[in-house]
Amino acid sequence: MSYTPVVGIEIHVELKTKSKMFCGCVNDPFGAQKPNIYTCPVCLGMPGGLPVANKTAIEWTIKVGQALGCEIALFSKFDRKHYFYPDLPKGYQISQYDQPLCVNGLVKTEFGDVRITRVHLEEDTGKLIHQDLNGQKVSLVDFNRSGVPLVEIVTEPDIKSPEMAKAYAKKIRQIIKYLDVSLADMEKGSMRLEANISVQTEEEKQSEQLPAYKVEVKNLNSFRYIERAIAYEVKRQGDVRDGNTLPTQETRGWNESKNQTFAQRSKESAEDYRYFPDPDIPPLLFTQSYIDSIKDTLPLLPDQVIATWVAKGMKESEAQILSEDRANVLLVDELFQKSSDALKIVTQLVNKKIMLSSNVDDIIAQSKVLTQTNSVDERELEKVIDEVLTENAKAVNDYKAGKTQVIGFLLGMVKRKLGNIDTVVLKEALIKKLS
Amino acid sequence: MLRTLTLKSYLDKVKSKEISPSDVVKEVADAIETINPDLNIFLARNPKAFEQSEERAKLPLSGAPIAVKDNFLTVGMITTASSKVLEHFNPPYESTVTKNLSTAGGVIIGKTNMDAWAHGSSTETSDFGVTKNPRNPEYLPGGSSGGNAAAVAADLCIAAIGSETAGSIRQPSSWCGTVGLKPTYGRASRAGVVAMGSSLDSPGPMGKTVEDCAILFEHIVGHDPYDGTTSSQPVPKLTDALTKGVKGMRIGIVYLDHKDLSGTRTAKAVEAAGKIFEQEGASVDVISLSTQLEKGKILSPDAAIGVYTVVQRSEVSSNLARYDGVRFGEDRSHFGAEAKRRMMLGTFTLSKGYADKYYVKALQVRSLYIQNFAELFEMYDILISASSPGFAQKLGATADNPMFGELEDMLMEPSSISGLPGISLPMHYDAKTNLYLGLSIVAPQWHEERVVAAAQVFEENTKWNSWRNL
Amino acid sequence: MSIISTQTVAHIADLANIPITSSEEETLAAGFTTTMGVVDQLSTINTTGVEPTHQVTGLENILRDDVVDTDRMFSQKQAIANAKRTHVGYIVVDQLIGQ
Repeated sequence: MSYTPVVGIEIHVELKTKSKMFCGCVNDPFGAQKPNIYTCPVCLGMPGGLPVANKTAIEWTIKVGQALGCEIALFSKFDRKHYFYPDLPKGYQISQYDQPLCVNGLVKTEFGDVRITRVHLEEDTGKLIHQDLNGQKVSLVDFNRSGVPLVEIVTEPDIKSPEMAKAYAKKIRQIIKYLDVSLADMEKGSMRLEANISVQTEEEKQSEQLPAYKVEVKNLNSFRYIERAIAYEVKRQGDVRDGNTLPTQETRGWNESKNQTFAQRSKESAEDYRYFPDPDIPPLLFTQSYIDSIKDTLPLLPDQVIATWVAKGMKESEAQILSEDRANVLLVDELFQKSSDALKIVTQLVNKKIMLSSNVDDIIAQSKVLTQTNSVDERELEKVIDEVLTENAKAVNDYKAGKTQVIGFLLGMVKRKLGNIDTVVLKEALIKKLS
Repeated sequence: MLRTLTLKSYLDKVKSKEISPSDVVKEVADAIETINPDLNIFLARNPKAFEQSEERAKLPLSGAPIAVKDNFLTVGMITTASSKVLEHFNPPYESTVTKNLSTAGGVIIGKTNMDAWAHGSSTETSDFGVTKNPRNPEYLPGGSSGGNAAAVAADLCIAAIGSETAGSIRQPSSWCGTVGLKPTYGRASRAGVVAMGSSLDSPGPMGKTVEDCAILFEHIVGHDPYDGTTSSQPVPKLTDALTKGVKGMRIGIVYLDHKDLSGTRTAKAVEAAGKIFEQEGASVDVISLSTQLEKGKILSPDAAIGVYTVVQRSEVSSNLARYDGVRFGEDRSHFGAEAKRRMMLGTFTLSKGYADKYYVKALQVRSLYIQNFAELFEMYDILISASSPGFAQKLGATADNPMFGELEDMLMEPSSISGLPGISLPMHYDAKTNLYLGLSIVAPQWHEERVVAAAQVFEENTKWNSWRNL
Repeated sequence: MSIISTQTVAHIADLANIPITSSEEETLAAGFTTTMGVVDQLSTINTTGVEPTHQVTGLENILRDDVVDTDRMFSQKQAIANAKRTHVGYIVVDQLIGQ
């Protein structure tokens, strides 16, 4: 039977604020040289520790929501989400339950649209390292990461293929980096991905019915793994459904070396997190003008950048390439301001005729050099080369006798007549003539 | 005897160099050595109290020895909240309130016994033994700040700092014949206080007189950036209210017609208090009880018991989740019976399928109490009643009674769940048992000055305060 | 009146991560039933259209600026001082089944 993948993705992004979400501890879990050096009564879950929310983290979450086309709530709050685990010091995580900061957004990918259900803000947990210690199986706990602000982006199950999942994840990463609110580094853990995967029968698809189960796959920390894991799961689940049963609703992990998912824990009984509004944190009430003022600070997003550049005459393919990285966007914008040859320079950059640099003036200078050299007519060049070879017969003979280094001298002679030109092109032409 | 001084007298005498702080501390310390083994008031002592009192002689609180309830984190003194779970807990940081105390020149003489985790109204649920009421050691001191009230009553401190979630300052003050002031919720910082009911906990002063509480209040409350629920309302100079009097004040007497109070000695004492206020120029009305929200009537405290039970236990089940023995303390098998009961009930009332029925419902009824008070406070400036339905009860009274605390605190629960400020001060005395009844005065949010003004008038014009006549 | 069963008690103890013995289950179930009897009185009060009060202070938007506060930060030593088991700066716990 053929099945349609039905995939929703949850992405967690660590915000790169200076301090943690609910306390003033340093926010640098990956860079910390030692464990448990960035903690305080609040993020260590000490008696009497009280959370106070980070304003910047809230604003950045709103920005993320706005960049994803979400509606921003004018009333929001933090809720306590209860469960027990050694990396969760308070025995609850401060998160958002029924009134998140952002809802109902949309992200476009080349494979189709993905609806964003919600974007909310919460705190990260500590980290566990599992190992053997003195013959015992233990977990070493480090709370440097406890309390780091975490944005959670949840989609509707609109993703229909591994490729689409990858495209979506890449798009999110790109937008996050545009906003400059996180390093979004999947290897270092500042961007984490989970997928909720099920497969839909033709019948279910026709009647727009979602399958009555879903499998959660966690810890997919690269785009490649996302694609592979989804592909694997779609096949695995399809095989199960072929046998007329539903796959078990469970959480699975991804085994990189075997390229397989594996069962972790069963989700037959949904967790009871006993959410309630955190009494330590007064609610958030925003005015529309405040929300609008945050939106005003949004940079142009990738799609908008491409549209703007194309309107200026850039080729769409060039715009795609240069808009990948926000740093380049700033460069190109500056280029348009400083040079009337911006379009030409852009093409030269894309074709790697000149090199990217963090300095726009440097790029312009490189281009000038290139332009000057390229302005030599081919016939003109031939004529000058012939002249030089005639005038320097001895050198020509030396070259033909095997002293190939003499080419440098001949290059110089041509340049004397023509000015500074593309050495590579010239050398090619000279060698051709000499043989 | 130096240790029987009120805070006011102590401050006057130290400033005039009539006495030295360390002399007082020494006397208090010696008395603790003698008295504490029997009464079991103090769990820990400050080894630096003596030198700190001299160092701080010139500061506003002049090195006065203050007892602090053992749910305030104090660096250098083990802090247990009277639970075996924290039996060896050495706080790595200081609570804001005790920090304020020290900055103002107060000295912590020691940490006092309490109901474990503040779960109770007797101090009998402490994991380290009950505290005996100094007025009559066959009786309980009340709770959860029972150790504090006892310390004050026994003159084992000059004043004390406790906390109230629903009655925990006022009820033991009532049972021990001392004064206890519960500030408006949001006045004093909860940072560094072992959390019980997050939306209810209010640290506050306990002492020998109304004036003493007013003085201590000024130095310990105030906005704290480490507690997002503290208000930026300016801290009133409460001591100014001591001379305001009650002329023209509109006073309402409440709960007299409640089935547990009607016709009792307690009710008569409250009525007598009303007469005192009338004599001093206030207008006094008796407000009748109603079981539903009704304009001009006071909502019966019976439902407040349900509200408090659910809200407090839900919040505490959450607040105690962090005690897993991993980063500090012992594991969860060390919780006492009462703590287990409360955590489990709170987990139940928050659980799937029940949260709406219990937790949300309780918060809705809470809104009704708030509304009821708001409406009454348009007609009255303060409301008075009894702090506790009766005198202190005998040791052992809490056994087999899972609802002991809530029932005892019934009269305090409405104002607590509404976040209102209130005071308890002695209003009646029984010579046979040497025990007291306490008068409760409650005002709208942020109006502690009305509470103090009225309480001072009552204290000055009656003979119930055992330090006034010294 | 809600009667709380011992199964409910066992389930709650599990949720709340509190170790209890089977005899404790019995006593707790009885105590709960008493308490819930009191709580059930809440249902006699009419609360149609009444908003629940989560916060009595009326405070809103209490936020802190994104600055590092070194005053409150613990050194590694302080952070792990009260832990029973530590190892080169980490806090140690037994590994849970299924890691």
